[in-house]
Amino acid sequence: MSSTHAPIIQMKGIEKHFGSVIALAGVSVDIYPGECHCLLGDNGAGKSTFIKTMSGVHKPTKGEILFEDKPMHFADPRDAISAGIATVYQDLAMIPLMSVSRNFFMGNEPVRRIGPLKLFDHDYANRVTMEEMGKMGINLRGPDQAVGTLSGGERQTVAIARAVHFGAKVLILDEPTSALGVRQTANVLATIDKVRKQDIAVVFITHNVRHALAVGDRFTVLNRGKTLGTAQRGQITPEELQDMMAGGQELVALEDSLGGTV
Amino acid sequence: MTEANAAAISDERVKQQSGLRKALIRPELGGICGTIIVFSLFLIFAGDSGMFNAQGMMNWSTVSAQFMIIAVGACLLMIAGEFDLSVGSMIGFSGMMIAIFTVTLEWPVWQAILVTFALTVAIGGLNGYIVVRTGLPSFIVTLAFLFILRGFTIYLPQIIERKTIIGGVDRAAEGDWLAALFGGKVLTGFFTWMGEAGIIDVFERGSRAGQPVVEGVPMLIVWAIALVIFGHILLTRTQFGNWIFAAGGDAQAARYVGVPVNRVKILMFMFTAFCATVFATCQVMEFGSAGADRGLLKEFEAIIAVVIGGALLTGGYGSVIGAALGALIFGVVQQGLFFAGVESSLFRVFLGVILLFAVILNTYIRRIITGER
Repeated sequence: MSSTHAPIIQMKGIEKHFGSVIALAGVSVDIYPGECHCLLGDNGAGKSTFIKTMSGVHKPTKGEILFEDKPMHFADPRDAISAGIATVYQDLAMIPLMSVSRNFFMGNEPVRRIGPLKLFDHDYANRVTMEEMGKMGINLRGPDQAVGTLSGGERQTVAIARAVHFGAKVLILDEPTSALGVRQTANVLATIDKVRKQDIAVVFITHNVRHALAVGDRFTVLNRGKTLGTAQRGQITPEELQDMMAGGQELVALEDSLGGTV
Repeated sequence: MTEANAAAISDERVKQQSGLRKALIRPELGGICGTIIVFSLFLIFAGDSGMFNAQGMMNWSTVSAQFMIIAVGACLLMIAGEFDLSVGSMIGFSGMMIAIFTVTLEWPVWQAILVTFALTVAIGGLNGYIVVRTGLPSFIVTLAFLFILRGFTIYLPQIIERKTIIGGVDRAAEGDWLAALFGGKVLTGFFTWMGEAGIIDVFERGSRAGQPVVEGVPMLIVWAIALVIFGHILLTRTQFGNWIFAAGGDAQAARYVGVPVNRVKILMFMFTAFCATVFATCQVMEFGSAGADRGLLKEFEAIIAVVIGGALLTGGYGSVIGAALGALIFGVVQQGLFFAGVESSLFRVFLGVILLFAVILNTYIRRIITGER
């Protein structure tokens, strides 16, 4: 489907070593615009290290990152953000004590000039925040409402809306659904679908196969710092994905004893 | 658009809030209530003691302004998620440096003041640099500087002048343009006019007969007001203000969206040192001398004022206006007990009670605002 156009990010043979620990041992993934690319893996598989490499937090020990066909070297997350790679972290998306609009524009504050003074343009920030949240289907009491009063799913949605508003071409979501209830998860998955339709590439990290299959176009499984290949939607069953994540054999034995409920 | 849309898509689970409640629920509420209570109490019990005539008002305004100057720095730093326990020692140290530069080295006063500011702001920056680089709690790092700076403040005058108080700054400061910015008085013409018009009292005899009892507004108060306005605008109306909240609210989350958290924190340490030096310079210009014990315990008084003003000790939440009100409460109580003829040691009891009530009220307000449970 989306493989007709050129990939927006190509990660080629990425290796990352922390001292003597090899966190990533050569991972290659292509991400296309308008697709939801699910990155699956168990805890410790290297998912977080991989996306932190993509978002400029870590520099790869070996390997190449091509962004829109040009090699990229991100010095810090700010570089990646200005290139159009936005990351929404599971717990660290929002600051609960601050208002929604202050959070929304954190790091990208709109500025209005009054003589020599450059002031935070609260009117603009409040208006845009209400509009963007409305588009995502969240009703705020007001833009000055503290993020702490929102639910977990709503917070993720604010963070996603923020990334989209600031022109993200690639949106990386680090386990956005892992701490959420059923209904909130559905909201976040619906948001992912809305974002994908705007031709933004979504990288969705999860270890929940059902969440991945609900929205994913392609699936890449990481295991022990290596990729076990990328599969298209419809070419793979949930059981196969689950097996690949767990590294095959071990889960088969477990599944037998649990009667296939995992 | 917000009004119409909000009504159209109102959510049954979002409770309507009344306008009054909304107006009341703000970080400064504790400080506002405290200020009203304190003023009412003293109007009742000390209303005829001279506390509220020109001289009396100037008395507690000056004390409050002192607290305000250091509270603004402490407030912004606390919102950025850090503490500075070295404020008191910094006051002693910077005052002593000005005195050594002017009296011992015989520098012009403006040069002494500028060099002292550069030195203390650099020390503040060093405090901040150590905190962000080592990741140690600022409590520990600045506690170390509390002792280091106080130690130098006692040691230096003893080996240089063989005493712990260096005087004579006032003689050197006469006619100095920069010294006037810290030790002078403004609006003197206005106060003379008020004295002539009978609005305020004038001296009835002595060498200053006919002059108003209050000559003008000391620069200390001007600095306090200027710093409060600057701090409030910086915090609530600028991009940098948003970064201060973000750095204290959750440093990692702020870093991930590109906020230069380390730079914000270091700058706030430098600003706190700046405020302490403003305090010290005003004090040295007023007394004409610097003492090794100046500024003792001021760090706690600054922190108390900030906490009464509604700031959260763990950072990310607070208000400069609140801190200023906290400082006002502090000053009014300290001087008011004297006017009311209450034993002055009771000041601490009174302060402790106010602190406790303000913090309980503030915690309650904050829970409502932020949805903490």
